[in-house]
Amino acid sequence: MQSRVPDTPVLEVSGLSVDYLLDRGSVRAVDDVSFTVSRGEFLGIVGESGCGKSTLLFAVAQLLAPPAVIAAGSVTFDGTNLVGLTDSQLSAIRWRDMSVVMQSAMNALNPVKTIGAQFKDALQAHGKPSKEEITVRSAEVLRMVGIDPVHLRSYPHQLSGGMRQRSMIAMAMLFTPDLVIMDEPTSALDVVAQRSLMVQIKELQQTFGFAVIFVTHDMSLISHFSDRLMVMYAGQVDELGATKMIFDRPMHPYTQGLLEAFPSIRGPRVPLRGIPGNPPDLSSVPAGCRFHPRCPHALDRCTQVAPSLFPVDGDLVRCLRRQDGSLS
Amino acid sequence: MTELLRVEHLTRHFKIGGALSQRTLHAVDDVSFGINEREIVALAGESGSGKSTIARMLARIYRPTSGEIYFEGKPLSRFRSRRDQLRYSGLAPMVFQDPFGSINPVFRVQHGMLRSLKLHRPELSAAQRLTEAARVFDVVGLNPDMLQRFPYELSGGQRQRVGFAQALAMRPKLILADEPVSMLDVSIRIGLLNLMAKLRDEEGVSVLYITHDIASARYVADRLIVMYAGQIAETGPIEDVLAHPRHPYTQLLLSAVPDPRAPLSVAAETDRGEPPKVIDPAPGCRFRWRCPLAIDTCAQVTPELAELRPAHDAACHVAQTSAEEVKAFS
Repeated sequence: MQSRVPDTPVLEVSGLSVDYLLDRGSVRAVDDVSFTVSRGEFLGIVGESGCGKSTLLFAVAQLLAPPAVIAAGSVTFDGTNLVGLTDSQLSAIRWRDMSVVMQSAMNALNPVKTIGAQFKDALQAHGKPSKEEITVRSAEVLRMVGIDPVHLRSYPHQLSGGMRQRSMIAMAMLFTPDLVIMDEPTSALDVVAQRSLMVQIKELQQTFGFAVIFVTHDMSLISHFSDRLMVMYAGQVDELGATKMIFDRPMHPYTQGLLEAFPSIRGPRVPLRGIPGNPPDLSSVPAGCRFHPRCPHALDRCTQVAPSLFPVDGDLVRCLRRQDGSLS
Repeated sequence: MTELLRVEHLTRHFKIGGALSQRTLHAVDDVSFGINEREIVALAGESGSGKSTIARMLARIYRPTSGEIYFEGKPLSRFRSRRDQLRYSGLAPMVFQDPFGSINPVFRVQHGMLRSLKLHRPELSAAQRLTEAARVFDVVGLNPDMLQRFPYELSGGQRQRVGFAQALAMRPKLILADEPVSMLDVSIRIGLLNLMAKLRDEEGVSVLYITHDIASARYVADRLIVMYAGQIAETGPIEDVLAHPRHPYTQLLLSAVPDPRAPLSVAAETDRGEPPKVIDPAPGCRFRWRCPLAIDTCAQVTPELAELRPAHDAACHVAQTSAEEVKAFS
């Protein structure tokens, strides 16, 4: 294992762009995205479907398959740039240092193998553990997520949705990785199971100190769990900052729209509008600010000038109205 | 207000296991409720609580094991002729959860619309059917040009609007909406919730809104029914249930709703339990294993719904006892 310098970020993504090479030309799904994840940090990434958040995760984990290719930028994980590494070089890192929990455990787990057999596969991919070591470690991680180890002999279909998703997380914990990437792991669950899973992820994170990148379209879900929040729109970062700051004072109109889109069970019943319109087709993004056709505050110059990320009070915001650091 | 639909002691059991197995899964057990005209009723509960089974019985996909459904006062089991059955499925159509699986991908969007219009409203000519399809598209907020599109050209939110348009074309009185927004982005959900409210207010349609999202239920619904393990745990006017939840399960459900405006620490107590699979149940409250208030009675007697506040019922021994004590005391 590599020497770990505590102060360096576990992950540093800089200028990352991903293109889908299609017959009718290439489409840029992730456009010049840069961010870092510190050790033990919980970074939330939010945005609507089609904003590039899953493509970004796949690019970070080096799981992109053609026609998607990394067009520019680097992904530095524990001091190594992952872009351009061969599969054999990557497989030393994958799952041991960085693991991925996908959206639907129903599709991620192999339906014809028991949970225990799948854990064994993952363990044997890195080293030659003895039978006993495998049993002990598998039982240990299942207990960590609150599942009785008897379920090592169960097949995925014998478990409830919540248990399947928890056993996926247990599998991601097999090697105590530095970074766990989660792509909407709770979206197939109902509220009670969702809440208990979120608390469990947070507890595990506090115990073992791994960093988490958590992708979701539901901002309310991660409000209590993430340290920093990155809001994506049409392949770009729209706002990046401390979660509390963004919830207390969202600066990008898109973030404001997302925050106002969900009803509450408390307070007065107020009519909500959501965000009118749909996210743009990435093959023909609007000129100027990509959000301007849906923006309630759009100015004339928003239709021509593409805003860059402006620093405002330690946060980053891609909005021309924040160009001078204040609202203009 | 007149009652549109009445469900009496509705029960649905499924045989499970092999051919010789005597075990039955009690998906829905002795459920009674009503839906008035121009009313949105939210049916909430965890996965496996029986919500969808109820919707499927109302849509006549499943036949009830026992109990009866009355639509406009007439029992559904009497709708035997094809004409009656067609008429009922036009009056109470269903909107499905998955907007990606519920529209035939190889035909234009209008295909399904026109076919169901031809079936359910044979009096219309071909030209009238097109006009009608364009009209309902307009009502649900879609451009009538979309009728010529293929499903893959539509976003999830637009597809779900097509689902509501198809339902609306049959001039329904009650739309059975099974988790219609759970697969959509949060930012698009509100639009569909507003659409359901509009259909109630402007078209006079009632909706049975099945969901596990209490916040969205509160946003549109007039009344709430909370299901647990195949039975009704609590029911009443939605604001009253949310402000004064009496059943411990409703309280658990409410505490699980993510709310960034509420203060919360990760250390807060959370429930790790799972809803039980109700196989050959013995009497007793089905929530007692997860219930912080459970008493001895809960393991012996199945609690029945009792009115604890005006029009607000809960099936909980503890809540009922404390309500009686309050009454005796005052």
